[in-house]
Amino acid sequence: MEILVYLIPIALFLGLAGLGGFLWCLKSGQFEDLDGAAERILLDDEEVSPGDGKTAS
Amino acid sequence: MNVVKPAINISPPVDAGGADCCDAGALASFTTARSGPAAVDESTLALRDPSTFVTPAGDGQSSLNLLVENLHCAACIGKIEGRLNATPGVVQSRVNMSTRRLNVTWRNGEADPAELMRAVQALGYPVTPFDPSELAGAENREGKRLLSAMAVAGFAAANVMLLSVSVWSGHAGGMGEGTRTLFHWISALIALPAVVYAGQPFFKSALAALRAGGLNMDVPISLAVVLAAGMSLYQTIEAAEHAYFDASVSLLFFLLIGRYLDHRARAKARSAATHLLGLQARAATVVDADGRQRAVRIADIEKGMTVLVAAGERIPVDGTVIDGRSDVDTQLLSGETLPKLAAPGEKVFAGTLNLTAPLRINTSALADATLLSEIVKLMELAEQGRARYVRLADRVARFYAPTVHILSAATFAGWMVFTDAGWQASLMAAIAVLIITCPCALGLAVPAVQVVASSRLLRAGVLVKAADALERLNDIDTVVFDKTGTLTLGHPELVGGDYDTSLLSLAAALAQHSRHPLSKALCAATPAVDAVISDVREEPGYGLEGIHEGRTLRLGSRAWCGADGAAGDQDGTEICFAIDGKNVAVFRFEDALRPDAREVIAALGRMGLGIELLSGDTPHAVAHAASALGIDSWKAGCLPAGKTARLEELARDGRCVLMVGDGLNDAPSLVSAHVSMSPASAADVSQTAADLLFQGARLTPVVTAIRVARSSTRLVKQNFALAFAYNTIAVPLAVAGLATPLVAAVAMSSSSIVVTLNALRLRWIR
Repeated sequence: MEILVYLIPIALFLGLAGLGGFLWCLKSGQFEDLDGAAERILLDDEEVSPGDGKTAS
Repeated sequence: MNVVKPAINISPPVDAGGADCCDAGALASFTTARSGPAAVDESTLALRDPSTFVTPAGDGQSSLNLLVENLHCAACIGKIEGRLNATPGVVQSRVNMSTRRLNVTWRNGEADPAELMRAVQALGYPVTPFDPSELAGAENREGKRLLSAMAVAGFAAANVMLLSVSVWSGHAGGMGEGTRTLFHWISALIALPAVVYAGQPFFKSALAALRAGGLNMDVPISLAVVLAAGMSLYQTIEAAEHAYFDASVSLLFFLLIGRYLDHRARAKARSAATHLLGLQARAATVVDADGRQRAVRIADIEKGMTVLVAAGERIPVDGTVIDGRSDVDTQLLSGETLPKLAAPGEKVFAGTLNLTAPLRINTSALADATLLSEIVKLMELAEQGRARYVRLADRVARFYAPTVHILSAATFAGWMVFTDAGWQASLMAAIAVLIITCPCALGLAVPAVQVVASSRLLRAGVLVKAADALERLNDIDTVVFDKTGTLTLGHPELVGGDYDTSLLSLAAALAQHSRHPLSKALCAATPAVDAVISDVREEPGYGLEGIHEGRTLRLGSRAWCGADGAAGDQDGTEICFAIDGKNVAVFRFEDALRPDAREVIAALGRMGLGIELLSGDTPHAVAHAASALGIDSWKAGCLPAGKTARLEELARDGRCVLMVGDGLNDAPSLVSAHVSMSPASAADVSQTAADLLFQGARLTPVVTAIRVARSSTRLVKQNFALAFAYNTIAVPLAVAGLATPLVAAVAMSSSSIVVTLNALRLRWIR
């Protein structure tokens, strides 16, 4: 049963990673505009803003 | 399309709540923007000074939040963001479709906020700056809290269940006591923090209910969750056989799913309500005695001030026209399709749309005494008057919670009296009863059906706004319709006349330059418009004039086009077309009934519902529509207060009324009715007031909604029955002390699954 020493932490780590990922998404506002996200897929590739050369979001 | 510099101002297409910018082919159409930046009237824009709303965004940047109107689809997002991102100095711009808001960030000094607003406005999207803290994100934070609580509970439930299943199989397979206790400790480590974090929404609400001296569903939930966790901790310390950690976290998980679904439905409804603010014109241009113009907030306008209203702008206050002639779209207020002529001496009302030319208005009423605010007040009154509807789930909770607590206490007492197991075992049995009876299936029974019903209705083009709308819709026995815009399409359509097809295209080319509804209808009826018209001029109340290949074209009233015959004998729903002063064509329009209106009325009648028609229109027009549709009971010339009075009368007779209406004048009656529906083309205020919205030109969604509401209420009741059936089996086990964690988990999950599956049946019920 020594395998448990590895498996349980691994299982917990994977679960926590998923949870952390979700909470990060939530915090970074990815769930703020679900309607918009559904529509945005119809847009062409995002344009490069001339202001700073970065991709505008 | 050739761009002609019109003699009049054509500002962006501000629609009275209509959604014509992004119908089919919208993605292609936005390259041919109907109005360039040059077409925007300066006076409209100069008055909205955004500087007080600019907030520093750090890093030498500033940002501004704007409410955007007329947002409909991806093309709108692309258009606005593309335009702003192409502006030098702009770092970021982001449109939020769900809340119809826009946030734009720029480097200080490199962009001018007023300039940015002008740019968006020029694209055809009226914007208003707002303070995000004002429209507090409390709603949003609450949703986020529920979501993260759900995520934590889900994580805990999955992992604890993993360990629990091992323990349960270990009972048979001879798992050592040490391993079992280790597993219990790991479960405790996961479950306890999760319960503390994810249980808060329930604990808070339970505490609030207890403090108020009442009971709600959250009291038994909190008790079950806390006691299950506490008892399991005790068992773990004692190295005993059974721990209920899995029960406490999976309970939370299931319940949070239900809670979050419920919250989303409410939040959606409320975000629509905040747009009521957006409808009122936010600032007005006041002309001082010395002729100087300045921007004044609506609230600061005083009686007797002179207000300038540009073409395309909403009139901010009630008043009398002192200068200028224009067509005013009053559809929002009165439900009339055709605009009215506003000439000096005539009264105009706040919330109506000035279509053709600038007007000077002498203010007669203050902002909180305008017709619009009157209607808003009527709505508030109706809201207060409506008895708060007690949802089925709450009615169940009222007797469920005490029953459960009594049962649990009785179990404890019974064990103490009739057995010699001691208080510990007795307490265990009592707690097991609480865990088993925890209204998990009940918590899911309603939201699950609601979600399936909403998604089914969404496919049918119906948006459910109020959380309890379907339950209330199930109760109705009478349907009251508004006429214009509800039974009819709300905009005139070309139905005939006396004209040649080649002339139609030429007339439409001229009509393109006007925003008069009849001009729009003419354009809509014309497949291809390619003629070039120059020197277009619009004479409010009369018509349009333009030059085509050296010939003078005129489109408008009979007098304008030099046609014979009285102008009044056709109800004004016709326009003439003249070339070089000679009348060559007459176009006739009618506000057509929705294509399936007749069948819908018949279907509603077959469902055993009484039908009435209340309209603000003339008796002649209403009688015509009523007889065409087979409605016996109708009333014309109704004012907003008259409509609510009739609804109250019906309510006093014990009738449950579904009100279907679209105009601003219907808003109070939408609120006072038992349940209400609006077409998606309705005025914002009405959309806010209505419990359900339906899309498209057809009226069938009304019938679909009633059908779905009836079957979903039946399903909710079935679900309650299932939950009780499960309790009658599981509770005796718990009372007898036989509810092991395995039994609890199986019973709970299976009841939740059965309830959810039953809800899914709604997809197939016809």
